[in-house]
Amino acid sequence: MNYISIYNNRPVGLKEIPELGYDEFMNSNVDMLNGRADRHCVNYFGYETGAGVRLFCCIADDTTHQINISSSVVGKKSTLHSFTALNHNFENFEREIHENLGIKYLDHPWLKPFRKIEDYPFCKAESEELHEVGVGPIHAGIIEPGHFRFICNGEQIMHLEIQLGFQHRGIEQLFLQKNSLIERTTLAENIAGDTVVGHTAAFVNLWESLCGFAPVHSLDYSRTLAMELERVAVHTGDLAAICGDIAYQLGNSVYGRLRTPIINFFQEWGGNRLSKGLIRAGKINYPFTPELAQRLAIVLDTFEPDFDEISSKLFKLPSALSRMEKTGVVSYDEVLEIGTVGMAARMSGLMRDIRTSHPFNLYGSSIIHEPVIKRHGDVYSRTQIRKEEVRQSLGYIRKIIENVPEFRKPEEVQFTPAANMFAISLTEGWRGEICHCAITDNSGNLALYKIKDPSHHNWMALAMSVRNNEISDFPVCNKSFNLSYSGHDL
Amino acid sequence: MVSLILILLTSLFFMGVVIRTKSIASGRKGPGLFQPMKDILRLWKKGSVYSRTTTFIFRIAPTIYFSSVLMAIFMVPHGNNPGLISFSGDFVMFAYILATGKFLSIISALDTGSSFEGMGASREALFSMLVEPAFFVLLGSLALFTGHTSFISIFTTLHYESNISYMLGALATFVFFLIAMIENSRMPVDDPKTHLELTMVHEVMILDNSGFDLGTILYTTNLKFAMYGAIISNFFIGALPLEISIPLFFVVQIGFGIAVGIIESFMARFRMAHNPQFILILTSVSMLIFFGVLMVLGRFV
Repeated sequence: MNYISIYNNRPVGLKEIPELGYDEFMNSNVDMLNGRADRHCVNYFGYETGAGVRLFCCIADDTTHQINISSSVVGKKSTLHSFTALNHNFENFEREIHENLGIKYLDHPWLKPFRKIEDYPFCKAESEELHEVGVGPIHAGIIEPGHFRFICNGEQIMHLEIQLGFQHRGIEQLFLQKNSLIERTTLAENIAGDTVVGHTAAFVNLWESLCGFAPVHSLDYSRTLAMELERVAVHTGDLAAICGDIAYQLGNSVYGRLRTPIINFFQEWGGNRLSKGLIRAGKINYPFTPELAQRLAIVLDTFEPDFDEISSKLFKLPSALSRMEKTGVVSYDEVLEIGTVGMAARMSGLMRDIRTSHPFNLYGSSIIHEPVIKRHGDVYSRTQIRKEEVRQSLGYIRKIIENVPEFRKPEEVQFTPAANMFAISLTEGWRGEICHCAITDNSGNLALYKIKDPSHHNWMALAMSVRNNEISDFPVCNKSFNLSYSGHDL
Repeated sequence: MVSLILILLTSLFFMGVVIRTKSIASGRKGPGLFQPMKDILRLWKKGSVYSRTTTFIFRIAPTIYFSSVLMAIFMVPHGNNPGLISFSGDFVMFAYILATGKFLSIISALDTGSSFEGMGASREALFSMLVEPAFFVLLGSLALFTGHTSFISIFTTLHYESNISYMLGALATFVFFLIAMIENSRMPVDDPKTHLELTMVHEVMILDNSGFDLGTILYTTNLKFAMYGAIISNFFIGALPLEISIPLFFVVQIGFGIAVGIIESFMARFRMAHNPQFILILTSVSMLIFFGVLMVLGRFV
């Protein structure tokens, strides 16, 4: 076999991962993806060993529910043929490898900086008729820093280039420098402030599996519940922001108000509206009690009718529909080529949902998830996915709060990661698939920690979606994707 | 003189009515009626900051914009009290005085050299150009209807005899209402509340203005709204005595403000490419008025 297949959250010894020659490694991984919509690359990164660089490629297979991992050792600073020339799924991964490890590629189509912000080579239009519009990195409002360079013909966008990296904090390095578990958990909470549960759950699932800690039902329960509550809260907030961008004041204020009781419930549960401090490896400091379940049921009872009413108004309002329909279209072929994940894949009919394909926590047992799929790939599809996923998540929450499990008192478990292991953890945050990978050295210390936010794949979909659209529709396209800058920049 | 005082008074609270309506419609209490005016007073106390790329055009434009609107207001009558300036054909001067101010604000936006402001300027120029035929066809029809060519004589002799002329009044109000919305860059053509530079029309043109200049521009918008409200009220006032016409004037102005607030609360902004189509509707409604006038006068062959 060219690869080893493992399930989500099942660590594997480093020695068991097949080590191939680079050409074989490249061909086997590219062949695995070709013509298979049910497979995509979840992570591809390099790890500096003594003499060279060991490249790991993780391909998720949605049909077998496994992840196929293979590796190859190449010399430091060597010059290689690129995967991207054969399949564009690898584009960003190879740019990152090039930037971090100095590996050069012979035939990468566009080897521009990934997070480096100095001397960025922008695409230039040598034309009298076209003009360039630069937006950011400092924006009006509360948007994170990122630079957008449009090439426009009047009001029409011909090309958009997105430059990121302004938020680079070196999180992956910090994971290695900070030794205590609490420091690492706090780091995971701060990868992207809007996906606290998604990233923290990925980290603690990975850490528990790496240390051989048997998952406890009550922990899985609280993580699943928090994950779905976060989805409801952020999707509702996004709907408010989309209404704001099309200047529909009623939707903006009603959805905006509806987000508050959900995040306030997080405050009641764990003392933080962004659910920081709620999820910890091996324990939970804030047990979910039957009283909290009753409170949550009341919160949802008042949330649901208002949510349904404003949604029925928004999706029937002609002026709102005319802004959303056929705006920012990305076709099925395009999302497949880019390799988008999460909502940015499901909007165009591409089935990618880790809750179904690589179940974790309660998914696959208590919750049998059926992904919401739309076909048009426009702002309208993305807005509808949000509405329907909120309805779906509310159903899941109502179902699981019927049986609140017994919570044990928090006890300090001694975590010692096994030596020479490779662990991978996938979760489906509200934005899409989150992938954390860890490698331990001979003495069981972390030797490498790799984080991949869904935005890593999806930024390219945003750039494609605005082509041939009006420049004044860019904000609503951007908001309908709502990608993370800090999750990309790490 | 009467109309000037009334318009200046209205300009103090008009935007407050709009903002209050929007707040109540979205379930908030909202600021006081004079809050927008207090904000302008605060801006007037500040100095301005000028970019090094700008020239004197950028510095004089806000003042000229303000004075052009003020001069246009001088020509607006109130019932049978003429404005400060009144002569035959004054509505042509009215339109072009406003256009002068707008021209200055457009070139001052271009003067900053920012790609955003250039975009806003091109949108504003396009929309104003499309509004112009609607205005002239409408006032031309009214001139034909009444046989006079100055604001005061048009409005004082405008009386409704048959059902068709009621319809003309209603349509003219509709056209003026929407001209006011477009000229002031309000919904559904532009969204004054947005923070997104790429979707703005008017707001993006004044991004570089600050302090006193910004206050002047904002106050000019209030004045313009009050001016269009005054013209609309003239359709209803006719030759009524002052003690009835002055309360009626305020009723029309407040009703106008509430209508603006309600439109902005319950619909989404149009797609930018749909705006020219929408604005051209006004010209066709004006043409309806023109044909209505021909029918009333029996000149329709």
